[in-house]
Formats: sequence, C-alpha cells, structure tokens
Amino acid sequence: MATKKKVAVTKPAAKKASTKKTVPTKAAATPRAAAKRVERALLGGVTLLASETQGRTGAQAIAPDHSPRAKPAAVRAPRSVSAPAKSAAGLKERVEQFLFRQSELLDNKHWQDYIDLFTEDGVYWMPALPEQTEWEGTASIFAEDKMLMQVRMGRVTHPNAWSQAPMWATNHLVGNIVIEKETAKEVVVRSRFHMMELRRDSVRHFGGTYRHTLVKKGSGFRIRLQRVDLFNGQAAYDYVLQIWV
Amino acid sequence: MPSIDIAKLVEPDRVHRLAYTSQEIFDIEVENIFEKIWVYCGHESQVKNPGDYHTLQIGRQPMVMVRGKDRQVRVLYNRCPHRGVELCGNQRGNTGSNFVCSYHAWSFHLDGKLEAIPLMKGYDGTRLTRDNPDCDMKSAARVDSYRGFVFASLSNEGPTLSEFLGEARIAFDDMCDRSPAGEVEVVPVCHRVIQHSNWKFFMENQLDALHPSVTHQSTGVAAGVIEKEIAAKTGHAPLHYHYLSAFATPFDKWDTVQTINFPRGHGILKAYMGLRPQDPDTKAYERLMEKAYGKEKMEEYLSRSIHHVLVYPYLSVQSPLQQLRCLRPLGPNKTLSEIWHFRLKGAPEAIYRRSLWYFNLVNSPATMINADDLENWTKGQWGLESKGGDWVSFHRDYGRDTIENGVTYSNKGTSEAVMRSQFQAWTKYMQGSL
Repeated sequence: MATKKKVAVTKPAAKKASTKKTVPTKAAATPRAAAKRVERALLGGVTLLASETQGRTGAQAIAPDHSPRAKPAAVRAPRSVSAPAKSAAGLKERVEQFLFRQSELLDNKHWQDYIDLFTEDGVYWMPALPEQTEWEGTASIFAEDKMLMQVRMGRVTHPNAWSQAPMWATNHLVGNIVIEKETAKEVVVRSRFHMMELRRDSVRHFGGTYRHTLVKKGSGFRIRLQRVDLFNGQAAYDYVLQIWV
Repeated sequence: MPSIDIAKLVEPDRVHRLAYTSQEIFDIEVENIFEKIWVYCGHESQVKNPGDYHTLQIGRQPMVMVRGKDRQVRVLYNRCPHRGVELCGNQRGNTGSNFVCSYHAWSFHLDGKLEAIPLMKGYDGTRLTRDNPDCDMKSAARVDSYRGFVFASLSNEGPTLSEFLGEARIAFDDMCDRSPAGEVEVVPVCHRVIQHSNWKFFMENQLDALHPSVTHQSTGVAAGVIEKEIAAKTGHAPLHYHYLSAFATPFDKWDTVQTINFPRGHGILKAYMGLRPQDPDTKAYERLMEKAYGKEKMEEYLSRSIHHVLVYPYLSVQSPLQQLRCLRPLGPNKTLSEIWHFRLKGAPEAIYRRSLWYFNLVNSPATMINADDLENWTKGQWGLESKGGDWVSFHRDYGRDTIENGVTYSNKGTSEAVMRSQFQAWTKYMQGSL
C-alpha cells in the first residue's frame, strides 16, 4: 500500500540557516523573559506522522552487509513437532521433544520456525518481576505478540543490524520438566533453562524458568504463552538481550 | 594538581579524546561534578512509608534515600559511623523503625541520629559521647525535591536545586502537568544496564538527531514493514509500531527537529512523534485534563514539543512518555544506567499502557533500540582509547546556531550544538567555575 508522506509543520522548527554569524549572547534578559522564549520555542515543532517512514533512511547511504553476521546453522531441526509418533510416545516425552526442538531453533537462529511454533494469538513474555501475572499492561523485559516477534526477527536479520555483526551465538539447555496441568486442549509445562550467550569473546549466562501454555495440535503443540522468568532478570545487565531467551 | 590541562582538551568545535578515556579526568569529574551538583536520588513515591528506603550511588558515595517517621525524605550515607559498614544491604526495602548495623548493633533513627550503642558504658571517659555528631549517620549536605523528584547535593555550596535545574525543570513540569492531578507515581521496576563506555556517549547520543536512521535503521525498517501490514489489514496500526518505525525517518526530516541547549549543559530535543492521536482513549483523557486545568492550559500542556530533556550530565527525561534514565558513572569506560517509568495520577489506564509500550520496547533490557546504541558507544570508546587520532569532531553547523540569553537554539536538527554546549558546561565544571 502506497502511503502518502505527510509532515505536519505547525510552525517552522527553526529559522533558515543563514550565513549570518551567531547572534552574540546578549546581557541576560530577565529570567522570566528567557523562560518565555523557551516556552515559545516548545510550542512549534515537526511531527512525523505514522506510516511516513518509507523514504530513504540515513543508513541507505551505506553499503549494506559490509559485516555479515553468523549465519543460521545448516542443520535444520525437523519441521514436524509430532515426532516421535503419537502412539509411541507419552505426553511427557512429546512435551520434552517440543521444548528441545524450541531450543534448537533458537540456537540455530531459525527465527521464523521459532515464531511458527506460536498460535496466531501466541505471546512471548518475560516479566520484569516474578509476581507479575498479566503480560499486558505490565512493565516487562519482553512482551511480544506474533507481530512484534516479526519486528524483532526483521531487526536481527536486517543487513544493518549493527549489534548483530560481532560473533554471537547461544546455547540452551532445558531440563526439570514438570507437567503442571493437562486438559483436553492444553498442556501447561514448567521447565528450567540455562542459556549461555557468546558475544565477541565473552560468555554470559542466563537462567530461569519457562512456563509454556501449549495448545495441542495433532500429536504436537503450539505455544499460546511462553512465560520466561529469568532468575537474574533484575540484576544489572551487561549489555542487553537481543533475541528471545 | 592535575597533569592534564583541561582548557587544552576542549576547543569550541572539537574535544580531545582524553576527556572520554582518562582515569585522571574521571576522578576530577567525580570530585568536581558528581559529588557536588544536585544528583537525582529517586521519586518520593519510591519511599511511601516511614522506613522505606532506596539505595543509590552519588559519585562514589553509597547513599540511602529514606522516609522518616515525620514523613520527610532524607538522603544519608549508607554506612555505620562506627566502623563504616553498609547499613542497608538491599537496593530497596523497609528498614523498620530504625537502622541497625549488622556488625556491632549500633542503631540509628530514620533521620540518621544515633539511637543506641550496645554496652555504652564501654565509652565512659573516652571522647566518643552520645551527643557527638560523629555518632550519627552522615547526611547529604543538601536535599531538595521538585514536583516529587528528590535530589541531593554532597556540597554545601553551589546553586540551589531550582537554579541548578534552570529551564530543564520543564522535564518534571511536562511530566507532571500531563497528569490531571499534577503528579506522577513511580512504577517500581528499575531496569539497570551497564554500558562499557564513557557517560558522555549517552548524554550526547540522547539529543543526536543524525544517528537514529543510521544506528536504528534495522529496527525502524522492520517495524515500518509490520506497521504497514497491520494498517493495510485493520486501517490503523497501534502507536507503538510508530515508536519504532519513526527511528528510520530520513535524514532530511531529522534535520528539521530542533534542539535547545542551556548554559549548564542541559538540553531539549523537540518532539517528532505524534503522541496526540484522536482515539477515544485520548479524547477521554483530554476531557479529564480539561476539567482539571481548563481548555487553554490543557492545550498548552499537551502540545509541548518535547522528546527528551537532559539534565546535564546524568539524566535523560522523556516527559511525554513519563520515563527517565539516570546515569551512575562507574569509571571512564563504565556507566550504569537506571531506567524508570511513571504513571500519571488520575489519567486513564489506556494512557499508561500507551507509554508502557515505549518502556517495554525501547527501554527494557531487551530493547530493540538501545542494543545498537550500546554497540556504537562500546566501539566508540575503543576508538577513543586508541592512538588513531586525538580529536573528536563537533564541527557540524558550528557557528550557525542561534544564541539568545545564553541559550543555544540549533537551526538544524543535526547540528552538533548539543555536544558543543555540553562541553562548555563540562569545562566550567572541571575548572571549578560552575
């Protein structure tokens, strides 16, 4: 859809740059007058309206992908989440396989496959505090529905995602799997994870609890809610988290 | 005497790299700036009840902000005067009716005054007496607050809080005025992120309109794609996609966003994101605002063109979205930022949630924006630590800003007036003349 570019200029944001020399500092006017001048300056301004960001952005002046990132792993995790066969495997084993596969997709940088694990209304949520119960309206570390996950994937796969340029990889271990609840349609599963992250030459550690609300789909599952409680979520971060843990 | 001549580091249009890298310079900054000026401690609503405390660092000093039985908020050194042991061991909490030292049980009232020393008679005949002020927890030299935001200065001298903030007080006015009750309340989640770079990178970056479409291109473009996809389906994408897509705005648009720079290094980047959509939630909010202030004031409060306000050299306030980032410099190449957000008292939940998206997407530790800023600053720090060149360039639009009453109005959004202004203030601070 071609969106018309619009810039609402309520008042010129600035005088035209001229060759005129800088106006020398005058003897201070009264503080009130100086404040009034600032107040006036804050009245006008340029507002960028939604959907007008189609123009050339600054970085398009730069040749993209001058510093290619680590590529996704060549070995793909199986597309199907139903293995092992329904008849042969109990619920715990199928859930386990699902969680292992999820880790594999993340570690192998198969972002779209990971997003595809979620139901259409699926949510990835990392609360800021363990006592939080709702993903919406809560200060969180991640609070992403599928569309926002798509934004994050678009960001890390963009050729000019600068912070993705250095060597970067993760390694997840998932264990302590406990089936909390099973109904005809859903399974709620708790597990513990340990993620090591390599960035440049340093390794960081993140650990915590996953709580998956899984919707049964055939002999496999889709994620309705993946809640991730980092045990070190409120400790100071040395750098940030770029992708789902 | 410092071995580095401050005056030789700063020229009007360029700055020597040592200003970012030298331990000696950093030590002077701590002494002449951070341990003298008014430093933000926290919001009054962080310590609602008597005994509530919050610990923080001012310069290198361990401090604790605490609410007394008399409801007053004080800022004390977080150490026992006996042998120096830290008194409050957690970031925040409630200390009950007094502070008690974990080492020898000296105890103190919430105002820092000595309450009791065990086996006091052991001091009979010594020069340590109960009424000796050395037995009390030391207090910050000055504590004051502005619209609920608490500041402390470790020096008895220097400007009042009001003089220090100057025009930058608009940060707190703009935030509070947007509440129908004229007040904000803290949301008790503090994200802390460490950057491996000098604090100046952060302060410069906040008002640097040249960098967003370069640094944040990946996120801006990715969000723009999804924003359009949603708009095509539903006619209108939620505002938070625009928070992100706006970063990919072309250079020439950024160049029209003005900065205003004040004598103490404070500054304002004017607004660029439309935050007054005409949806039912906003209309309901505007009705509440009009009821509280009248139409004219409501218009004034909601039309202010502000994106960030900087309180130099450590605070970045995003008043229209009620968020704040406070720097605690730890070393020349290490800086901690504390990230907070607030609720507008009396405003509808929907208005809070609209701002919350910005906190979650941009200011959380999983930020899709600051990830790339932090990367730049780390790489910048490395470059300035190298011998590949001594000078940092701030030539852009030099001599083409408008200066009135000591306030610099950039005529171009991408003018490096911001950095030039900050370094003018820095030089004065470092020379002890501000």
